[in-house]
Amino acid sequence: MREILEILEKDARTPPEKIAAMTGLGADTVRSQIQAWERSGVIRRYKTVIDWEQLGCEQVSAFIDVAVTPQRGTGFDVVAERIYRYPEVRSVFLVSGGHDLRVIVEGSSIKEVANFVSEKLATIDQVNATNTHFLLKKYKDDGDIFAETEADQRLVVAP
Amino acid sequence: MKPLNRVVEATSPSGIRRFFDLASQMEDVISLGVGEPDFVTPWRIREAAIYAIEHGCTAYTSNSGLIELRESISIYLSERYGIEYDPSNEIIITVGVSEGLDLAFRAILNPGDEVVFFEPSYVSYSPGIAFAGGVPVPVQSRGEDGFRCRPEELKAAITPRTKAILLCQPNNPTGSTQTRADLQAIVDLAVKHDLYIISDEIYDRLTYSGSHTCVASLPGARERTILLNGFSKAYAMTGWRVAYTCAPREITQAILKIHQYAMLCAPHVSQMAAIEALKHAENDVQSMIGEYDRRRRLFISGLNEIGLDCIEPKGAFYAFPSVRRSGLCSEEFAGLLLKEERVAVVPGSVFGASGEGHIRCSYATSLPNLEEALHRMARFMERRHASKRSPTRRMPEAAPV
Repeated sequence: MREILEILEKDARTPPEKIAAMTGLGADTVRSQIQAWERSGVIRRYKTVIDWEQLGCEQVSAFIDVAVTPQRGTGFDVVAERIYRYPEVRSVFLVSGGHDLRVIVEGSSIKEVANFVSEKLATIDQVNATNTHFLLKKYKDDGDIFAETEADQRLVVAP
Repeated sequence: MKPLNRVVEATSPSGIRRFFDLASQMEDVISLGVGEPDFVTPWRIREAAIYAIEHGCTAYTSNSGLIELRESISIYLSERYGIEYDPSNEIIITVGVSEGLDLAFRAILNPGDEVVFFEPSYVSYSPGIAFAGGVPVPVQSRGEDGFRCRPEELKAAITPRTKAILLCQPNNPTGSTQTRADLQAIVDLAVKHDLYIISDEIYDRLTYSGSHTCVASLPGARERTILLNGFSKAYAMTGWRVAYTCAPREITQAILKIHQYAMLCAPHVSQMAAIEALKHAENDVQSMIGEYDRRRRLFISGLNEIGLDCIEPKGAFYAFPSVRRSGLCSEEFAGLLLKEERVAVVPGSVFGASGEGHIRCSYATSLPNLEEALHRMARFMERRHASKRSPTRRMPEAAPV
């Protein structure tokens, strides 16, 4: 069963019939299992990996380290929520190390992202400091390599 | 000029090679003819090799190979199959299993000694035995029988001149595996007739249903077995040319004599890479096995749907379907399929008499490639069905390997 998810994780568009052929399970079993996972939230949703840069779409991303004063009772959760509710915030992680939250923000220009940091993030009461790193080049993201793939160098026929 | 070596002159070039020359001149060919993984060697292994080069691992190693690698192999075999080999004098690192085979033949055979093995088989067995002065004695395993290696068939081929039994499972080209009971019966035959066993287990990790039986681990086998294995298939390291032989001390000493004079040692960098493979690449191996298995299921059911009847291959990365329904012999089938649909497969006849009527398709290629190949093969089969009224052609004799 786990194999169904591994296949979908690589290619969400794999039809149930094909998954059935690959795993040796029945097509109906695969279909109903996927539906069950969709209902229970194990499968949260299906997305497309897009190379925006190739289209010439300028997209600015920044990784922002945020130092936070945790609150009694709720720790970092309330501050994290205040941050992750903004749609321009792609990810929020609580991390170990010098800072507390690692936030990924996307915008259409450096100015837009900078404004978000100075006006929204830095002004939150419990936020003590921010450290913004703008993304310069994307090599690999979420398991996908954004570079030329290695060509098949094998001979056409071999023993 | 005086004639060249008689045995070499009498050996025809590999049927696979002939086909390769044909296919490599065409464009847009989907190749199911490749006997190696489509994965590139896992990065951690390549990275370890780069590191080894940077640190000057560029000299000869000991003839037997790096002791650290031999120790890793010893631990691996012990943990996996419960069989113990002393890394100091029972394991030799070779330049591929190909060298291991040659060493085994040369260490065992006197002129005229016979080696019994099942066909369809890897193309190098017969010539390899002949080059070492031996006489290849193929025994046929059959498609109708799931390419089972029947001990009684083997028994019938044993003569007073028989010196060794050569086994390969999971099998190239059929993808078949053998039951423990059959293998034990074959080992018993070897004991009874005092024969050596050469066991080529290069595809051991690529076993999808059931578990692999290491022949050397069967009762009675170890003292007379030369176990051959390597890194090419499981770790996608074909081009590194690194493998090993395991055998009792006396046999290993004989093998080492040939290896040290003929080869000196396996490439140092490749040996360093192999150490990394054994120690840290298990996750990479597992993910490749999972991927092969998914393709295998999809491809086999696809073949059966289009009339290329195929039993489930339990290991390696080959399907060996029957082309009976096309009305063509395997050479014709492969030739026409390449010409009409640009899909390269290998005619089963190059792997021995009982390979006739079959083709070898490697599913070590991407899923989209496999699906496109199935699509093209379906078209090809439909055309054959449409022209079924033409008189059935006579099957020619199997091509020599």
